[in-house]
Amino acid sequence: MKISIIQRKRYSQNIAFWAFRLLSFMVVAILFIILGFLIYNGVKVISWDFLTEMPQDGMTKGGIYPAIIGTLCLIVGSILFAFPIGVLSALFMNEYMKDSWFKRFLNQMTNNLGGIPSIVFGLFGMALFVNKFGFGDSIIAGSLTLGLMVLPVIIRTTEEALKAVNDTFRHASLALGSSKWQTVRRVVLPIAFPNIITGVILSIGRVSGETAPILFTVAAYFLPRLPQSIFDQVMALPYHLYVIITSGTNIEESRPMAYGTALVLITIVLIMNLVANALRRYFGKKVKMS
Amino acid sequence: MGTSALVTSVTILLIIFFLFREGFGIFSSPSVEKGYVIAVNKANPVGTLHSEEIKKIFDHEITDWSELGGPKKPITLFRISDITKYYKEQELGANLELLPQKLNELLARNPGIIAFLPDSYLPDNFNGKILKLENISVLDFLGGKEWFPTAQPSAQFGAWPLILGTLYVSLVAILLALPLGLATAIYLAEIADRRTRDILKPVIELLAGIPSVVYGFFGLVVIVPLLKDTFDLDSGQSGLAGGILLAIMALPTIITVSEDALRNTPNSMREASLAMGASKWQTIYKIVVPYSSSGISAAAILGIGRAMGETMAVLMVTGNAAVIPYSILEPLRTIPATIAAELGEAPTGGLHYQALFTLGCILFIITVATNLTASYISRKQLKAS
Repeated sequence: MKISIIQRKRYSQNIAFWAFRLLSFMVVAILFIILGFLIYNGVKVISWDFLTEMPQDGMTKGGIYPAIIGTLCLIVGSILFAFPIGVLSALFMNEYMKDSWFKRFLNQMTNNLGGIPSIVFGLFGMALFVNKFGFGDSIIAGSLTLGLMVLPVIIRTTEEALKAVNDTFRHASLALGSSKWQTVRRVVLPIAFPNIITGVILSIGRVSGETAPILFTVAAYFLPRLPQSIFDQVMALPYHLYVIITSGTNIEESRPMAYGTALVLITIVLIMNLVANALRRYFGKKVKMS
Repeated sequence: MGTSALVTSVTILLIIFFLFREGFGIFSSPSVEKGYVIAVNKANPVGTLHSEEIKKIFDHEITDWSELGGPKKPITLFRISDITKYYKEQELGANLELLPQKLNELLARNPGIIAFLPDSYLPDNFNGKILKLENISVLDFLGGKEWFPTAQPSAQFGAWPLILGTLYVSLVAILLALPLGLATAIYLAEIADRRTRDILKPVIELLAGIPSVVYGFFGLVVIVPLLKDTFDLDSGQSGLAGGILLAIMALPTIITVSEDALRNTPNSMREASLAMGASKWQTIYKIVVPYSSSGISAAAILGIGRAMGETMAVLMVTGNAAVIPYSILEPLRTIPATIAAELGEAPTGGLHYQALFTLGCILFIITVATNLTASYISRKQLKAS
């Protein structure tokens, strides 16, 4: 039996499409394998005590309380630094600057900063904040380093949020006689705000997971107490995980602790991602309607 | 407000300033630590030595002065701790106050000696010859085959194995990630219906959100043992393990960027192709993919850039052997992993510290170059459309 050209075309298309579908689902499968593995092994370890106790017995028992608090400190510190600067920077570039080589230059710089590897931020943070400014290994040095690292994320998402605000809003406000700044403050920012928050949430996810920038700026190997000031060292979740699987005193026995820590870490990241997505979707619809 | 817009640019300038200031210090100093000298007998005609030669001498690989252009005379190694082999403790005095004079004596007596000494022990009337040490050159650093920053007396800062390691791992990563990522991007942009896309997109973004240390942990407990059993290796920690992890980590970048590129293809081109009787599949691989090829290459370049800069995951699974890798199944070490592993132990301001900043400079240059190339390529495509 002869197969017609049209049929052959359809066969090859079907085969190709199925192959692509398969490969795409493989990517998804990778994620689920990783998550499933970590959740399966981690859930057994998680308990109230695990979250609220100090590490004990060479980090093979007890909990990860100081690491959780440390990571929280770093999140708060870096966002306090990066959020105002990032939003102002995006506002200025998007609302006030005319399209020029200078604007393109600033954009390119933001892109470049976003592409710099995290370990280079670590080197830089150590040279500037720890050594030059004399902060030593401290929350403030770590927060500033992490803050600089997530700055491009905040600038980018804020810019996108501002671009998504329909120009008719701006024109209407200006036509009513309000000044540029009033328009930005009363009209543009409120509409863009939910999307700007998405950037902050994504940054929180990033900050809580990064290890390389805090290695030499803040992270403590083992410090079973809470920080007293911003010039204190702290433990942090990602570094704690790194320590107990590679250089702990007893790597085999601290394995359950590692699963628990990894699960706490990815839970933070997952929640942040889900919240950001939900926000984006919810307000995305709302802005379009208005 | 205007000043805050400058923050990113200023940060980059500061990064460049600090990285390069610390990093370039290494090129104006010899490889022997400050406070130490290398001295020979006064009659020895050899005047300067290269850091690699010093290392070979003290590793007993070079044993005769004739190999260094001197007279035929065996080399006698001397470190300050060897002093007790030549003199009794009483001879040196209770507080070692006679030590400098004895060093003088020793150097004069042994024509073949080479001594590695702290310069605080040198007597005022030193009668040996202090060797001039060659400064570390850019070529030594980039092309040197040995990375041994704590070697005494002469540290070895050859970044070549690290550069090769970084390239190997990234290459494996991109070879694995590009086909998979491109296929997914094509599926998302051209084939999948809206609902599937809405589910898949966030999942892929999630993949980007997982911290690299968690990937490293997963790699260490799952991929490494798997490789060890599959290929029957002594240790599964290898370039391949790093490559696989980096591939997974580079996937989101590659998928997002190339999907955007595919979407940028004007619909009129798709419609023209379909109107000529081409199937959807034919349209994809004959029209859409070639049209967005520059965007796809931008995705690949960005992916490579990401992979090269990744630190923690690679540090944890590649075995960290700073040797030139001959096979992808051997342990190797990348530039970022070296910085992360060694900076904690390197004394601030020392040679080792500076060398790690130099590595940081290399990394910085590579990533900025990949970023600029990628944005140049995709801008070219935008202009063309």
